[in-house]
Amino acid sequence: MTALFNADAEILSKAQPSPLRPTLRVLTCGSVDDGKSTLVGRLLYERQLIFDDQLAALRTDSLRHGTLGEEIDFALLVDGLEAEREQGITIDVAYRYFSTPARSFILADSPGHEQYTRNMATGASNADLAILLVDARKGLLTQTRRHATIASLLGVRHIVLAVNKMDLVDYDQAVFERIVGDFESVAASLAFRSVEAIPISARHGDNVVADSATMPWHDGPCLLTYLENVDIETDGGDAPLRLPVQWVNRRSDAFRGFAGAIASGRLQVGDEIVAAASGRKTKIARIVAMGGDLVSATAPDSVMVTFADEIDASRGDILCHPTTRPNVADQFAAHLIWMSDDSLMPGRSYLMKINGRSLAASVTEIKHKLDVDTGAKSAAKTLSLNEIGFCNVATAAPVAFDSYDENRTTGAFILIDRFSNATAAAGIIAFPLRRATNIHLQEQSVSKATRARLKHQTPAILWFTGLSGAGKSTIANLVESKLVERHAHTLMLDGDNVRHGLNKDLGFTEADRVENIRRVGEVAKLMVDAGLIVLCAFISPFRAERRMVRSLVGEHEFIEIFIDAPLDVCKERDPKGLYKRALAGEIKNFTGVDQPYEAPEFPELRLGSADRSAEAIADQIVAYLEANGMLIV
Amino acid sequence: MPLTPHLRRLEAEAIFILREAAAEFRRPVMLYSIGKDSSVMLHLALKAFYPAKPPFPLLHVDTTWKFREMIAFRDQTAARVEMDLIVHTNEDGLKRGVSPFTCSSSAYTQAMKTEALRQALNEGGFDAAFGGARRDEEKSRAKERIFSHRTASHGWDPKSQRPELWRIFNARLGAGETMRIFPLSNWTETDVWDYIAAENIPVVPLYLAKERPIVRRNGAYIMVDDERFPLAPDEVVESRRVRFRTLGCYPLTGAIESEADTFEAIIAEMRCASTSERQGRLIDFDESASMERKKREGYF
Ligand SMILES: Nc1nc2c(ncn2[C@@H]2O[C@H](COP(=O)(O)OP(=O)(O)O)[C@@H](O)[C@H]2O)c(=O)[nH]1
Repeated sequence: MTALFNADAEILSKAQPSPLRPTLRVLTCGSVDDGKSTLVGRLLYERQLIFDDQLAALRTDSLRHGTLGEEIDFALLVDGLEAEREQGITIDVAYRYFSTPARSFILADSPGHEQYTRNMATGASNADLAILLVDARKGLLTQTRRHATIASLLGVRHIVLAVNKMDLVDYDQAVFERIVGDFESVAASLAFRSVEAIPISARHGDNVVADSATMPWHDGPCLLTYLENVDIETDGGDAPLRLPVQWVNRRSDAFRGFAGAIASGRLQVGDEIVAAASGRKTKIARIVAMGGDLVSATAPDSVMVTFADEIDASRGDILCHPTTRPNVADQFAAHLIWMSDDSLMPGRSYLMKINGRSLAASVTEIKHKLDVDTGAKSAAKTLSLNEIGFCNVATAAPVAFDSYDENRTTGAFILIDRFSNATAAAGIIAFPLRRATNIHLQEQSVSKATRARLKHQTPAILWFTGLSGAGKSTIANLVESKLVERHAHTLMLDGDNVRHGLNKDLGFTEADRVENIRRVGEVAKLMVDAGLIVLCAFISPFRAERRMVRSLVGEHEFIEIFIDAPLDVCKERDPKGLYKRALAGEIKNFTGVDQPYEAPEFPELRLGSADRSAEAIADQIVAYLEANGMLIV
Repeated sequence: MPLTPHLRRLEAEAIFILREAAAEFRRPVMLYSIGKDSSVMLHLALKAFYPAKPPFPLLHVDTTWKFREMIAFRDQTAARVEMDLIVHTNEDGLKRGVSPFTCSSSAYTQAMKTEALRQALNEGGFDAAFGGARRDEEKSRAKERIFSHRTASHGWDPKSQRPELWRIFNARLGAGETMRIFPLSNWTETDVWDYIAAENIPVVPLYLAKERPIVRRNGAYIMVDDERFPLAPDEVVESRRVRFRTLGCYPLTGAIESEADTFEAIIAEMRCASTSERQGRLIDFDESASMERKKREGYF
């Protein structure tokens, strides 16, 4: 809904073109049928925020799907998806927009249906304030407590308790007071800063956008007036600086800009800053912007800064001031809200996305499960959809973070299922484990660059992928010999040498193949840190895993070489007799036979091996490395 | 004029989204539809990556029925921002003679927009595409994610969209899957114009009122932009002072009568408007759930 006014055009023209108050992000929640959709529809309608053409569509829809006969069913205005309207429930968070002369609003309308708790958490994650609807006739329900608990957990600090359908209880003050009293005891154990209770009738519009004569005993403001005036503390720059590095701008050798959105605090040219993960210090040289450099910037600005010294910071690192650093640790305690149909498997490797960084993580222990209806804690071995647990989480490498209480941006993460790529959980960090709080990584005096310089080369992973029999190992071996002849320092990792040792416990199922490549990737990354050129020859059939290895190392340190031979040719060659056995059903999960091979879309090199000698291909690879300045002679 | 806190926040958010996508995807592309939203999105991209150029090309899906002024503006813009511009037309659709005058609007959209877009994304091997759509445009858009996941056949499955918490976007893709990314999700039409005025962003002159040749058809003012427009016997071309709130294919885009010939006048006029901007788009009229259907089939 766009912010438009008919009757109020005059008021508006006198007002600021766009209000100076900070935008208010509001979550509306309540149980099914408490009147949430009606309230939102009413709010927009009363302020003439519904356009004529939309109103016409609404009239038609009301007759077709509505429950109120001729009367307009405002709920239909916000129940957007066809599937939902047919089932008469709201299954997804809907975002609505409107402004008044005083303020701009973003409304997240969150479904009340029990099984969609994850959507409520989604809506709450970005909300400043939550409107909790209660049906005056029913009083507080289990779901009310659940919604309050989730809102509190996700850092919503301001609540409006909207006691709706007052018309059905004769606008009785005693009913209202009793519900408010009940809610006070619920709120006592939660972390709200303000709770405002307002008696309303969404259907008739009482106390929604104007004070209602029906409830003279209520002396507080109506809902809209309250929302227009409520003070949400915005970070005016007093909080510690947190600038997660999002993207590194390497326009040329001379320019290196670090881009990111300031999560909290204030940044000024000349400030001494630290990259939390590496512990390296430098000063802010410039804050670069298209219209001209800035002198300072404040949350939530998106900025691009340059450093006075050449220090390395990459995506996922957090820039901060030296005296107010975030935690850096590889273990922490966190609440997890489980969002996937597949239950949590402690010990299983998930992909964590935190402050822009993606890395492997697993849950080492579920301390307890939280019953959001009662607040009770109980032991648990797993978490299933919509359950919330307090867990210990371990990451593959130390990461920088804050507790969620201190910072809703740098204290949050998600877990992604490696196989389905679904968002499996939302994570809310409580505190670091292993008392790592005050141990900040010291600058390592010997770096990757130092080690590489000694070896006169640029370290990298040469990743050979292709079908079995395409010639990967043969070619990789030839390349390695040629490199060694030129005094390069190399290491070869291939399926056979890895599977006999490091990965002896793994088979060939999809899951094992994924883990196989993950370990190889981690080893290769260490070798790159050591300054080596690492040659890896693996079928590595899945794009996602190759991409995962790519993400472990620097931008130019992963060279994907696709040895491209048609399946027929490989079957024909069948150097180890494997295709024959796979086709006979003796070997399961064989790439090209009963498991797919996902060819690279954008490999650095794609080399057809059907009609050229391995020698010629190896020469071409060496030439590529030379042309890209990887071999310093 | 400094931005208001509201616009400043929207700008910061959009820049964050653009950078996030550039960091996560191997080959993003920006859908450039020449309209005001695209103009804002492009401006934000220039800001996001400055002093570098945005690390992706622009893509325009040309139905061959765009206003001539749009095409001229598109080419000027690509030259001004020095970015690569890919123009794609569904040649097969052209050969089959698909046009807004010969087909129903839904068949036309399917062939010349939805299908054409699919072709262009597949041909370019793009794994992510930015679009300028806003959640306030239409009901089924209100539940759209900022990072909106598409199946390998570019379909949108409303029930399998990933929950989107905070600003942490799950950018993982399976084989052949792609992402649509909407940096302007949280903007309203008013925000777009306020921002255009504040930042002085060039837009196609068709948004500003001017005397233009139009005919009245199905209750809408349609501009006769070239000689391909078949006039019905009782239709007369008249000159009226009109402007457009959205821009698309000229035979399918309704103009409104207006005197607003500056950004400020547009903003003032819009604040008193009583119809939504989509009313100017004839393709949406079929049924209220049409957008959701089109999206499931791969419409942007
Ligand atoms: N009498 C009365 N009925 C209401 C009020 N608010 C909502 N309703 C009705 O309660 C029912 C559920 O409302 P709806 O908005 O769909 O609830 P939601 O599930 O919370 O979105 C509808 O029939 C509404 O018309 C109210 O203030 N008074």
